[in-house]
Amino acid sequence: MSNDGANKDRRRFLLATTSVVGAVGAGLAAVPFIKSWQPSARAQAAGAPVEVDLTKLEPGQLLTVEWRGRAIGILRRTQEMLDGLPALADRLRDPDSEVVDQQPGYAKNQYRSINPDYLVLNINCTHLGCVPQVLPQPGSFNWEPDWPGGFFCPCHKSKFDLAGRVFKGVPAPTNLIVPPYSIIDNRTLIIGVDPQGAA
Amino acid sequence: MAKPASAIAKNWDALCNWVDTRLPVSSFWRDHLSGYYAPKNFNFWYFFGSLALLVLVNQIVTGIFLTMHYKPSAEEAFASVEYIMRDVDWGWLIRYMHSTGASAFFIVIYLHMFRGLMYGSYRKPRELIWTFGMLIYLLLMAEAFMGYVLPWGQMSYWGAQVIISLFGAIPKIGEPLTEWIRGDYFIADATLNRFFALHVIALPLALLGLVVLHLAALHQVGSNNPDGIEIKQNKGADGVPVDGIPFHPYYTVKDIFGVAMFLLLFAFVIFYAPELGGLFLEHDNFVPANVLATPEHIKPVWYFTPFYAILRAVPDKLFGVILMGLAIAALFLLPWLDRSRVKSIRYKGWASKLLLAVFAVAFVRLGMLGMGEGTIAQTLESRFWTFVYFAYFVLLWFISKYEKTKPVPERVTH
Repeated sequence: MSNDGANKDRRRFLLATTSVVGAVGAGLAAVPFIKSWQPSARAQAAGAPVEVDLTKLEPGQLLTVEWRGRAIGILRRTQEMLDGLPALADRLRDPDSEVVDQQPGYAKNQYRSINPDYLVLNINCTHLGCVPQVLPQPGSFNWEPDWPGGFFCPCHKSKFDLAGRVFKGVPAPTNLIVPPYSIIDNRTLIIGVDPQGAA
Repeated sequence: MAKPASAIAKNWDALCNWVDTRLPVSSFWRDHLSGYYAPKNFNFWYFFGSLALLVLVNQIVTGIFLTMHYKPSAEEAFASVEYIMRDVDWGWLIRYMHSTGASAFFIVIYLHMFRGLMYGSYRKPRELIWTFGMLIYLLLMAEAFMGYVLPWGQMSYWGAQVIISLFGAIPKIGEPLTEWIRGDYFIADATLNRFFALHVIALPLALLGLVVLHLAALHQVGSNNPDGIEIKQNKGADGVPVDGIPFHPYYTVKDIFGVAMFLLLFAFVIFYAPELGGLFLEHDNFVPANVLATPEHIKPVWYFTPFYAILRAVPDKLFGVILMGLAIAALFLLPWLDRSRVKSIRYKGWASKLLLAVFAVAFVRLGMLGMGEGTIAQTLESRFWTFVYFAYFVLLWFISKYEKTKPVPERVTH
């Protein structure tokens, strides 16, 4: 091809603009493919609230239910368990539940619950999502003689107390998540619905 | 009446000519096989490149046949794998060839990489061969991980949970990113379905492309050898390297012997120990995935355990993930970290030899610790070997530059 009399500036301009337009077009065309990986409408619709009858839960007993594919643990704590909680503060990373994302405002208290008797937790470990085992009795954990009772994750050895608060020196960064929930007449637990009046 | 032999030969030549003027068959054969000169002193360590190719073919062929019976849905996946194992004629063999092939792939690749470390095969002018090789290794890890999710057993499920959660450690975008990868609020049917697509088509295509690049870069500069000598610098009057021999027939024959030995071991595992005591196929994966219960001792398959041990050694989520990423990223830098005057370990000093040996021990030991339960003693030991692992890259930079090396001979030795 002859370059005689070619306007090089115009060629460069045309090349650059064509490239930019082409790149923008390719970028926009990628959006539907990337978006197609988001949870679908069906997946989003599947997360309905779950109702649990609390009257059958004995003190010290744990019940696990599934809500949005997560393991939700409901532990009916004994007075003994509750009495042990305040003393643990200096062994915990976030004893006062300062990290706001980990619980709704109505569960940001000493026992991380609406009714101290019932602990409602998403028991997926905040490290990498495994389900911790519940070892509620003090001393029931043979690796640690002074185990105060709590949750122990088998995957990477994270430890949480009986309010789901994370201990220091473990891989999990934050306390276990308290899901939105409400309790009606002290008998029925509804997971996924905030109490009336709460934001 | 049969035609005379000369007539057949003449027709054959004519056919070859016809093809050659349209497709570069004989020049390709000459450039890459019969006229591709490789150093004549290849030893045991040079089997693993061709074996990796063999395993790749095994994975693709057995994989194609597995997709004919497997169902990529959370409801049916586990049962369809059992169906392959029990009801499909020879399904058990095809499935065990595929699952054993995955582990064999990593054994072969780890030995292949160790060869590169020993003989400095990553050094100039082979940096790109190493880089493509590392990319292959990276994709292979993704491929193996997604393949392990497909049977939808307990280890599939919780392994996926842990690996995808790693991305959640990234500040700000972590959580939305994990949701995007999963396609749901938890590891679900959507996750399995897309992993299937990536495992059977997207990643294999990318892998094949990288293998082509890896070999193209290799054939551009020629193979290294145990002495780390550039054979192209010493050519005879005919323009052929004096220390080179044609890849075909010399190394094709050698590699066929390697293939036979490999298949002997491979077949032994397939027929007598396909689970290899829980090492190749973990016991917990014979239990269907359960969203509500994590297995008591969750661990990845053996080939990931060195990095898993590094992850577990750090009592902080984000830093643990970063350190694990760095453990892999550091390998990419090797061509530029090694500043020695010589390539091969044969002519490096005792310090380099010790360094490489300790690095190999650290890698193996971390692999063993990554399979453990993660007791306090194991965590402390993991921290020590993690330190040793990273120390290799730092010390290599200094030792390779300042240690006294031995003179490299003019010609290759055996």
